[in-house]
Amino acid sequence: MTDLLKLSGVHTHIGRYHILQGIDLAVTQGQTTMLLGRNGAGKTTTLRTIMGLWQASRGEISLAGERIESRATPDIARLGVGYVPESMAVFSDLTVKENLVLAARDGPLDDSQLEWIFGFFPALRRFWLSRAGSLSGGQKQMLSIARAIIEPRKLLLIDEPTKGLAPAIVMALIECLKEIKRKGATILLVEQNFFAARELGDNVLVMDNGTIVHRGDMAALASDVPLQERLLGLSLETHQ
Amino acid sequence: MTELVATDPLPKPKRDIAPILLPITLALVTIPLIGSPSTWLTLTAASLAMGMMIFIMASGLTLVFGLMDVLNFGHGAFIAVGAYVATLVLAPFAASVQADSLWVNLAVLAPAALLSMAVSGALGLIVERVLILPVYGQHLKQILMTTGGLIVAEQTLYALWGPQIIPTPLPTSLRGSFIIGDVAIAKYRVLATLIGLVVFIAIQLVLNRTKLGLLIRAGVENREMVEALGYRIRRLFLGVFMTGSALAGLGGVMWALYREQVHASMSDELTVLIFIVVIIGGLGSIGGCFIGAILVAMVANYGGFLVPKLALVSNILLMVAILMWRPRGLYAVTSR
Repeated sequence: MTDLLKLSGVHTHIGRYHILQGIDLAVTQGQTTMLLGRNGAGKTTTLRTIMGLWQASRGEISLAGERIESRATPDIARLGVGYVPESMAVFSDLTVKENLVLAARDGPLDDSQLEWIFGFFPALRRFWLSRAGSLSGGQKQMLSIARAIIEPRKLLLIDEPTKGLAPAIVMALIECLKEIKRKGATILLVEQNFFAARELGDNVLVMDNGTIVHRGDMAALASDVPLQERLLGLSLETHQ
Repeated sequence: MTELVATDPLPKPKRDIAPILLPITLALVTIPLIGSPSTWLTLTAASLAMGMMIFIMASGLTLVFGLMDVLNFGHGAFIAVGAYVATLVLAPFAASVQADSLWVNLAVLAPAALLSMAVSGALGLIVERVLILPVYGQHLKQILMTTGGLIVAEQTLYALWGPQIIPTPLPTSLRGSFIIGDVAIAKYRVLATLIGLVVFIAIQLVLNRTKLGLLIRAGVENREMVEALGYRIRRLFLGVFMTGSALAGLGGVMWALYREQVHASMSDELTVLIFIVVIIGGLGSIGGCFIGAILVAMVANYGGFLVPKLALVSNILLMVAILMWRPRGLYAVTSR
């Protein structure tokens, strides 16, 4: 199995704050790698640094063997990276359709891809011509994910998709991400919901204070309660 | 595969028509105050024409504000440059300007306007690359740089054309008024209103019916996400800046003909009005800018007729009133 994404010794400064302090990680092609950690550990900064939204001050980032750490965000996106930010960042003044038209960079919307997405997210069909700003939080998250998968992407960077969503919506989102995974997508997924992480993750990376403090199989971490408590200050039992 | 169960159906998206009703209400309220229907119609026509000219000048600025988060205090320079460049065409062809034929007049006016737009747009390119690019995201420096640019532009116009006021007489066929009953509506005001409407409709079509427009609207709201979708927003910034500058140039030509004169500091009186319009409308909102421009012009015309002593502060009062009602302007597009 090959590594699609590799970070070696990546540091990121935001103003005078030294957020990422030498990140080394690899995301294997076709697998879902969970990025876990407490609030403020640097998970979102890691995704934003990969995406070029914050510039790495040191270190190397490569995608499919190509160095990207000094590339601009649009160029990184055009290499086939889809990004779902924590804030969802749907364009609220645009309709659902317009949001997806914009995300389909390479041409008109593909009908079969759209039907596939509507299969997960029927609400998007129903509110096709509604302004995205009028959607509920869960529907905005659906739109944000749909935007990232409207065209095939090499790598999906998804930041806390279940945050603030109702349990029923979380379960549906997990099923949707499983389906995306089954289609062979490579995903780096930041998640605070340990249950979702266990359901989705093949591999896991745990961050603390801007560094990776643990890497391994998700299944192994899920079955090791003392390790969960030591790394994350919680155990899966409390998140069932 | 589990299908998502959509939450409660959303209400149909509501169209926010309150701002649209505002100028209509203002116009209706002033009918009994003004008394004479013919005076009211004349003032209303003057308001629409003035509003359209201000809209043309302000529309670029609101997109630049909204999309690029740039405080361009030098926007007025494009207006003045546009007006001066027009004189380069209008002066040598003064005989054609004064000809009785509408078509001959337009054959001079159209190239003058196009040349003004081209030069203002090109100046916009230089300003964006030289003055704005180094200070993106730094508002204080943007104010200093663009204000400095405005001063340099004004002084350059003084140096090239001299301090005197240059007359720009209206073409013969656009002089006079259409008389309907006892109502006189100046021909040029009708033309200015039509051009303003055409510009407004064209901008709306581009913004709402094209992918470029979608990108601009999305960029106004969240530049970062547009880039994360793979679009190079810097190029879009430059295109919008140049278009805004070109429109300011067009507005400058129209204002010069409206006032029948050009002078280097002509933008000073307009800059305050334009900023009021952009703030009232909501940063980045073309619809808000359009309504704001009409409101500002109505307050100036009706207010000047009814309470002349309040004319100087009427637009500031209007801005305060609207911001108390809607703190982010009539149509809030950005969160800034």
